[in-house]
Amino acid sequence: MHLPPTLSAWFDAQGWSLHPHQLAMLDRAQDPATLLIAPTGGGKTLAGFLPSLAELAVGYQGLHTLYISPLKALTADIRRNLRRPVEGANLPIRIEDRTGDTSYTQRRRQRADPPHILLTTPESLALLLTYPDAAKVFAGLQRVIIDEIHALAESKRGDQLMLQLARLEAIAPGLRRIGLSATVEDPPALARFLSPKAQVLLADPGPDPDIQMLVPPMPPPWAGGGGKYAIPAILDQVKAHRITLIFHNTRAQAEIFFHNLWLANEDLLPIGIHHGSLAREQRERVEAAMVAGQLRAVVCTGSLDLGLDWGDVDLVIQVGAPKNIKRLVQRIGRANHRYNAPSKALLVPANRFEVVECQAALEAVKAHTLDGEPRGPGPRDVLCQHILATACAGPFGAAALYAEVTTAGPYAALTQPEFDASLDFVATGGYALRAYDRWQRLMIRDGKWTLRDPRAAAVIRQNLGTIIDIETLKVALKGRGAPLGEIEESFAATLTPGDTFLMGGEVVRFSGLRDLTVEVTRDPGRPPKVAVFNGTKFATSTELSDRILRILQQDSWPDLPLHTAQWLTHQREVSRLPHPDRLLVESFPHDGREHLCIYGFAGRNAQQTLGLLVTKEMESMGLDPLGFVATDYATLIWGLQPLQDTALFCKTRLADGLETWLAGNAVMKRTFRNTATIAGLIERNNQGRRTTGRQATFSSDILYDTLRRFDPDHLLLSITRDEAMRGLVDFGRIEALLDRVGPRIDLIRLPRITPLAAPLMLEPGVVPIQGKGRERLASDAARQLLRDAGLG
Amino acid sequence: MSYSFPLGTAQLQALPSGALYWAEKSLLVVSDLHFGKSDRLARRGGALLPPYETRATLMKLDHDLTTTAARRVICLGDSFDDLTAAGEMVEEDSLWLTRLMAGRDWTWIEGNHDAGPLALGGTHLAVLRVGAVTFRHIATAEIYEISGHYHPKARLPGRTAPCFLMDAARVIMPAYGAYTGGLYCDHPDLQALMQPRALAVLTGPTCLARPMR
Repeated sequence: MHLPPTLSAWFDAQGWSLHPHQLAMLDRAQDPATLLIAPTGGGKTLAGFLPSLAELAVGYQGLHTLYISPLKALTADIRRNLRRPVEGANLPIRIEDRTGDTSYTQRRRQRADPPHILLTTPESLALLLTYPDAAKVFAGLQRVIIDEIHALAESKRGDQLMLQLARLEAIAPGLRRIGLSATVEDPPALARFLSPKAQVLLADPGPDPDIQMLVPPMPPPWAGGGGKYAIPAILDQVKAHRITLIFHNTRAQAEIFFHNLWLANEDLLPIGIHHGSLAREQRERVEAAMVAGQLRAVVCTGSLDLGLDWGDVDLVIQVGAPKNIKRLVQRIGRANHRYNAPSKALLVPANRFEVVECQAALEAVKAHTLDGEPRGPGPRDVLCQHILATACAGPFGAAALYAEVTTAGPYAALTQPEFDASLDFVATGGYALRAYDRWQRLMIRDGKWTLRDPRAAAVIRQNLGTIIDIETLKVALKGRGAPLGEIEESFAATLTPGDTFLMGGEVVRFSGLRDLTVEVTRDPGRPPKVAVFNGTKFATSTELSDRILRILQQDSWPDLPLHTAQWLTHQREVSRLPHPDRLLVESFPHDGREHLCIYGFAGRNAQQTLGLLVTKEMESMGLDPLGFVATDYATLIWGLQPLQDTALFCKTRLADGLETWLAGNAVMKRTFRNTATIAGLIERNNQGRRTTGRQATFSSDILYDTLRRFDPDHLLLSITRDEAMRGLVDFGRIEALLDRVGPRIDLIRLPRITPLAAPLMLEPGVVPIQGKGRERLASDAARQLLRDAGLG
Repeated sequence: MSYSFPLGTAQLQALPSGALYWAEKSLLVVSDLHFGKSDRLARRGGALLPPYETRATLMKLDHDLTTTAARRVICLGDSFDDLTAAGEMVEEDSLWLTRLMAGRDWTWIEGNHDAGPLALGGTHLAVLRVGAVTFRHIATAEIYEISGHYHPKARLPGRTAPCFLMDAARVIMPAYGAYTGGLYCDHPDLQALMQPRALAVLTGPTCLARPMR
């Protein structure tokens, strides 16, 4: 396939010449599915669209190409970028975007009269497909382009999207797929995710990045995150570059950092902030200022991991340990969006442990090792939602739908019984007790499954999607109503009038709650209480953890800053350093309590599980554990009695404990809540009303406990278990750890807290143990309260 | 472990399950059972919740009746999630309930969810007086009154649970039903009903008393 002459002429006039991989996309235009892997700045998106532009140049009636991006912001950006060549070359192509932000009238019009190219998100597509006219809207669809597919493939959004593509292909046979991806560790696996027929096209990866650790004169703090100590050094770097992106791992850290950055910004450099909890208007203002070249830096989170093409970014700063090499490499790629120029990046460790992790990450990037955990088969809660959504669009046959979903990459291995169980759950609830014969959600009419009550479709549409947000409340200035952003409901519940917190980098004062909106006034004078956002907790990858352990075994650390090298030396003198083939467990008294520190280096989630399992064993041994805290590197447990031997670090013993423990723990309950929400058992929205704790709804924990007691084999419990084992429980990494160390477990008794354990005392996120020790403390606390109130 | 307290001259026991026992009268009081809640939600075309809350609640009630050997029972209203739910109770559950009622003096107080007559037997009343104590669904200003309706709950370090609210004049009972949410006891409606020195007694493995405020 060739470019239309007017488009070639326009490219020539701009002085642009196409990259080899862009031309290759035209050569492969007729292939059923292509996965293009190219570095940022390689003109990936244009490459994806070239075949569509060529086909549309000769004229077309109706919707031809669907472009799907994980980010709403990206669709608007792509529309602008795509219109330039289309208008420049005078091509007869109409391009529109459609997201949750698109107006109701615009969305209605798009269904009646779709554009040639529609730019959208997986969630908006899911909604489009639930309308009975979906078959008509998509009948003539020729191509689907999935941008940033590497990011989508890491979450349930991707699984849902692949089910939707299967639907689209059933509506429009012969549909061709293009996936666009940044560098990944396993391209063939991603290709299989896109389509069983997909071929991989690898672009030239470009030169290696220029990446270093930023070492400010002042050492980082012992624990916590944020990187406040490095602000003067970071400001110097911002001054020395044109535009700097300053990445943080969580929204809360970005907010605090931004606030402190402005307190230190004496030159008044124009610096903005961008993260997912800020109001859309706020984010758009920052994006526009960035495009217009008015900003020197943006403090941001994963919300800027993807997309937006900002050619002038010449430095990326990562504050806090990167946790994952692949994500770091992709972030570094955000600097220098020009092809074939090296990206420049600086790592800023936020605490002492992270200094070592940053060093490990630098070495990994230089060695070109990427990490990534392969994902399991497509999750069945997403399948349940897909079945429900399909029923909204109209009656369907079970056999045809099963055949269709197994064409989706993540569901290729789905068995008939698994599908049947999901369908049964959606239709009847899937309970052992046949309770809802008269009130089934789906019924068979004329041999096809259909909604019993068609009015239910409206509520189902409102509850689509696989992104489970922690309940949040809007924050707005009192009297003016303009939203500033959102905070977690649980955080809002702790506020009393007069309290201050950070929002969009400014200090605001809480004045009251009205209609589910947190009303605030500006209050720059006061020190803020800090908003707790739902930061995603990534666990440090296996590859990075291994490299950290190898660094700890060095005789000396010439590559590390002196303060960190001294800290490690001190640990080696008073105790030991963790070893890749051994498990170090320290036991010491501190502050009137017994402490146990387990250096598993298994990542935050597995260390958390280890904490739960070990404390459970300790509880049954009568050691009265009271609580623990877990980081990516270690678990610190405190209680009333010391542990005497290492017999409990036994795989079968912990696995036995896991079975009983899995039953009643908070991680399972949280996983169940997500699964039950996605599968449609819990409704997030009902006709515009948000269900909140205030309306006396009961918690999903009660449903979980009831199912466990009366229907332990229920589908949702089995999905929850699978999910937790893979994700938050991460027991696989505990097993791998115990296999690796075998009997080489060193329990060391020490007279006092050690240099390596001390920072853990300062970590947030303590998990209390609901055991005898805690029961004793609760009744002590109740007695004390009564006494204080003069009631005892 | 239960929590004993006086209301006027009546000596009462808050049980860990959320029931109230008055030993002198051999009287067990439960409130807001909400039988048939999952059924009502399903009928309205919503999610199909695990249909086990009725038997979970019956199991608890069976246990309390066995351990206290109460001869008299008062259900303080909202016993059924609505009247249709009362009509549609599955046979197994309704037999179980009948068995619990057999040989006992059983009173259904009307609630806001289930006002009106029931086919299940027992006595149906809006208000009941036993000695100096008045039983009704929603609290009033009356002295020595036991009511339900609000589903109060409270927090202690390490525990959030449904709770009894009590002062010298009244008791507000926790919801006994399995699928019931709650109102934190710092809610203005509850604060307005209770005296300054009121207690919140949390249900759970053991009953724990704390000041309500």
